[in-house]
Amino acid sequence: MPEWTLGKVTNKYPDVPYEEKERLFLETKADPRYPGYIYGCYECGICVSACPSARFYDYSPRVIAQAMAREDVERFYEIMVEDICNCAQCFSCVRCPRQNNPGGLVTIIREMAVRNGVQEARDVLQGYTRVIYKVMLKGNQVSPDMLQPDFFPDWGPWVAGFKGNMKAWRQAIPVDTLRGVTDAAWRTDDETLRELYTIWFETGNIDIIQEVDEGLYDLLVDVMEEELEEWE
Amino acid sequence: MSAPTIIPIVDNIMQKKSRSVRRDPQNAPTHDIREELFELEARGELIVQRVPEPYVEVQTKYGRTKKIPIGKTWHHKSCGQCGHIPGYTASIFWLHRQFGIDHIDPTDQTSCTGWNYYASGTSNPVAQLAVMSRNFAAAHQTGYYPLIHCGTSFGHYKECREEIVHHADYRAEVRRVLAKLGKPLVVPEEIVHYSEWVHVMRDRIAERQVVDFSDITATVHTACHYHKIVVEDAIYDPDIFGGQRTATVTATMQALGAEVPDYSTWFDCCGFGFRHVLVQRDFTRSFAVQRKIQVMKEEVDPDLVVTHDTGCVTTLDKSQFAAKAHDFKVGIPVLSDAQVAALAMGAHPFRVLQLHWHTSDWRPLMEKLGIDWEKYWDEFQEDLAAIRSGEKTLTWEDADAVVLGV
Ligand code: SF4
Ligand code: SF4
Repeated sequence: MPEWTLGKVTNKYPDVPYEEKERLFLETKADPRYPGYIYGCYECGICVSACPSARFYDYSPRVIAQAMAREDVERFYEIMVEDICNCAQCFSCVRCPRQNNPGGLVTIIREMAVRNGVQEARDVLQGYTRVIYKVMLKGNQVSPDMLQPDFFPDWGPWVAGFKGNMKAWRQAIPVDTLRGVTDAAWRTDDETLRELYTIWFETGNIDIIQEVDEGLYDLLVDVMEEELEEWE
Repeated sequence: MSAPTIIPIVDNIMQKKSRSVRRDPQNAPTHDIREELFELEARGELIVQRVPEPYVEVQTKYGRTKKIPIGKTWHHKSCGQCGHIPGYTASIFWLHRQFGIDHIDPTDQTSCTGWNYYASGTSNPVAQLAVMSRNFAAAHQTGYYPLIHCGTSFGHYKECREEIVHHADYRAEVRRVLAKLGKPLVVPEEIVHYSEWVHVMRDRIAERQVVDFSDITATVHTACHYHKIVVEDAIYDPDIFGGQRTATVTATMQALGAEVPDYSTWFDCCGFGFRHVLVQRDFTRSFAVQRKIQVMKEEVDPDLVVTHDTGCVTTLDKSQFAAKAHDFKVGIPVLSDAQVAALAMGAHPFRVLQLHWHTSDWRPLMEKLGIDWEKYWDEFQEDLAAIRSGEKTLTWEDADAVVLGV
């Protein structure tokens, strides 16, 4: 019979030393937001009933709250590499009668996974790096020129039609800050963007990007440093 | 013993939600964050930007009052709105211009970058607080008050405000970063979402209504980040769904004469998912269609869905195309409350509402409202031809006019 311990999963990732998993767990627990996000768990499942991801994935905010409350390091590591990417970050789970915030726990665990260069977190973000490029350099998550048929085939023929019309349609917006802008959501002052770049450097945000994608990091640093040097 | 009565699940939810709740601020389970902000200001730790007069007082979840400014607003735009559904933004500004309300549309503004944070985790709290505080300092410098267009920016900033208040080390770090930019740490007295402004303006909007909505049934989707992040700070009204659901958007639609029925998956999210909507849309589409659009269709068959966030409009609108291939019950247009308010007041459907950016079919709605959309589409085609030939760009001079109902 397989060995089974109440409340503990077997070691699914034996190649990763327990000490490393524990280090990641303790780093997560040390986040200043952590104590306000978990107070124990009744196992009532209210969070699961409200959770969109639980409907479509093998995913449960209750399991996350439970594992964290029990300080189950092995289960925590499994959640970090398998589950957190499924969370929609909608925070429907704050209906929790115990005042837990499972979605908030996921926010912290994700940040830890990325900051520590956990391979599974890097893999999940592979198709996403063009968005990181945009948000770091333009201060906007999306822009009209990102609406490409290759990326949004499921939005139908509208996307292909849009591509041909983008320039004229953007000129046909009465809002001064939007009119004609296609590579960002609105027109932003150069000085504002330099201030944003300063924030990315001063807060260590840019180092997090290095953990995700070295090439993207080099590119961003080049562009931002050049801008900041000109400013000085 | 008689057999127990089994209440169908949808009826059960609706019955529970029809009970009226009244809340007493004396028994609120939270501290009033604004008092803590003022204490920090008294200690010289930060500046609290006061809501300018005139303002309207509304009630939040636990019965506390919140001040919503009418004018002197600094528009914190949303990247999802401005980039992908610009009629949302244009309608907000059109309404301000109609009422002659003093406001600023700044270029000294970045997005909150919260979408990226919730999508990827590629940031950290201090960076997020610094981005917020930089924007707030920029608003404060102008003397205008931030009005947040995006549901996620609104929720994210509420969360950031909690972190600033409760963590001295975060405050110290953010002050250090802001000092490099020559800016003080400023937090507004209230974090205000644009739909709260529309909410307090709804009667004035209705006074100038030229399009009749009395035959229209609308379902409301409330943005998760509006009312689930820092749940307290959202507008509730005992007269709207018994105070059990947020009042914003619903009260606006009711003021315009539309019927706004409840539906059993009201609390569910739209399926946006932050990362999912960009790179894993099978989840987004499934949820948007199966838990929202199809349920609305089956339970109340609305003429339109009204919501108040970038992600929700995009998700609920764009997800319907692929679902048609699977014979799902879809086909409801999706608009923001500001777009609906502007339409009700006679705004141009394309120059202002920019309906051509929406993919779910809005034509039946226009026809039901008695709007000859083809006439306005032809006008807009002329605008585009002139733009393409380099003769003009479209400005407020073209878009300000009330064109419907005249
Ligand atoms: S935040 Fe994540 S865990 Fe919570 S309800 Fe939303 S998808 Fe589920
Ligand atoms: S709602 Fe709260 S107490 Fe209930 S299972 Fe979820 S986390 Fe645990």
